[in-house]
Amino acid sequence: MAPIIEARGLAKRFGKTQALAGLDLTAEAGQVVALLGPNGAGKTTFIRMVATLLLPDQGELRVGGYDVHRQAAEVRRIIGLAGQFAAIEPAMTGQENLRMVARLFGQSRRSAQANAAAVLAALGLTEAGDRLVRTYSGGMRRKLDLGASLVGAPRLLLLDEPTTGLDPRSRIDLWDAIRTLVGQGTDVLLTTQYLDEADNLASHVVIIDHGRVVASGTPSELKGRVGGKVIEVHVRDRADLPQVAQVLSRSGPGQVRIDQGTRQVGASVKGGVEGGGRVLMEALRAVEEAGVAVEDIALRQPRLDEVFLALTGQPDSASPAAAGTSHR
Amino acid sequence: MAVITAAPATRTTRLGPSTLQITYRTLLRYLRTPQLIVLGTIQGAMFLLIFRYVFGGAIPIDGGLPYVDFLVPGFITTGVLFTGMNAATGAAEDLQQGFVDRLRSLPVPRLCFLTGRAIADTAWNTWGLAVTAAIGFAIGFRIHGSVPDAIAAFGLCVVFGFAFEWLFIWLGLMAGTPQAAQGMALLVFPFTFVSSAYIPVSSMPGWLQAFASHQPITYMVDAVRSLTQGHAAELLIGHSTGYLVSASLLWALGFVVVFAPLAALKYKHS
Repeated sequence: MAPIIEARGLAKRFGKTQALAGLDLTAEAGQVVALLGPNGAGKTTFIRMVATLLLPDQGELRVGGYDVHRQAAEVRRIIGLAGQFAAIEPAMTGQENLRMVARLFGQSRRSAQANAAAVLAALGLTEAGDRLVRTYSGGMRRKLDLGASLVGAPRLLLLDEPTTGLDPRSRIDLWDAIRTLVGQGTDVLLTTQYLDEADNLASHVVIIDHGRVVASGTPSELKGRVGGKVIEVHVRDRADLPQVAQVLSRSGPGQVRIDQGTRQVGASVKGGVEGGGRVLMEALRAVEEAGVAVEDIALRQPRLDEVFLALTGQPDSASPAAAGTSHR
Repeated sequence: MAVITAAPATRTTRLGPSTLQITYRTLLRYLRTPQLIVLGTIQGAMFLLIFRYVFGGAIPIDGGLPYVDFLVPGFITTGVLFTGMNAATGAAEDLQQGFVDRLRSLPVPRLCFLTGRAIADTAWNTWGLAVTAAIGFAIGFRIHGSVPDAIAAFGLCVVFGFAFEWLFIWLGLMAGTPQAAQGMALLVFPFTFVSSAYIPVSSMPGWLQAFASHQPITYMVDAVRSLTQGHAAELLIGHSTGYLVSASLLWALGFVVVFAPLAALKYKHS
């Protein structure tokens, strides 16, 4: 089957900012692709190009085999876009919003009505369907926005940071909704700043920074390269930090980082997810033997800045968390 | 989940149906914002009362035309500009809130956003015209021409409103944010006040008269005044009704010819 997205050498400049700098990306049909990167990496620029909202300065982009420039109308017929800002009409009901988008897709009155009802049901919004969107919660708005991108029965769904700014509960809710769709065979391209979101939803992850692809692969492939989880030890006394770092590096894990400000030592665990528990036990024992007073010790997913550090050997410059750590 | 059926695989949804959808949603947006309706009406009524009863006594009109009959046609005509400012803020909101993005990612003609908005904004404007006219009659305004002429005057105002919508939509798209759009739309003030709308141009200093008597709003106001007040207004203005109607329609056409393409161009590149 032909790839759903094929990008070659995409470049885009806004004034002095180089948003995309020769981005190459191929997304096969039948999967969820997550575009992962910090703010300003070029994620939104890319998704806007796929949605035909923006033309590249250079390079070639085909969606579903159609050229986004010369065959924009064909591309628009097979995509559905849900944005960072929920682009739904607050003065209309959920039902009216979906019906309008369906009608704009050229559907008959009857099929627009049926599709709107089907989408509302699928998203668990049937009851709220007759209420003005103005009265919806943030999570419900995002869901409806997602629904608006669905009523046209798109082959490719484009989700630009679908859960940014949502509370954890709505976030998981929206993930479920997206997963259901994927089960029905819709291809998805989503952008996110959250590693766990990519991990939860995507079968293929593309990490971008400074408008270029930094790494790509399945979530487990990438995690293998990053070094799986991270052990984090929070000590009571700042003077103990070097000692804990030494202990952690001796007991097997990979790269060790010290954060003086928060009195924490973080060490990535080599050998994938399975080894995590064992390494944590060992580390716990070793730290105890060294007689260090520990506030907290935990095993957690690597953060985006740690992924960048592992994959590129340098902290991603755009992320404040990474910048902050490197200066301390 | 029930199966979602895709539309027949035509390339692009036609302009008519897509325009209708945008018109409908824009009208709902107006109608379901009661503050807009109430405040708009109160504001219009308030200014009309202030002009009629506060300033009115100090403004003499040559030729024996009562000030209320002089004022109301001017007030109704310039009303389309004040109501039209909503189109500028509305277009800017559509841009800022992502509605334009959504629309541009759909298989619809580019033009449907503009035509849909222009029609809805004109309809909104027509409602405003009717309300202002009703208040005008309530405070003593009377028609001194024929009824068909008066209806033509109302129709003329609708046409002016439609012509100005293109300017306002363009301004709104240029501004990008509702606040900026509102700021740009304040340009309306010098054009409405330095015209024959509220006071006779002859009372202004000479250099201002030159501008006031030749700018489009004066032609539009005078056409409406002439149609509703008949011979007395013709005498006052010094032009025939036919001349004023033609001149004002030409101006309106000019607005569409200039600002509709500008708005379309701006929309294409937004």
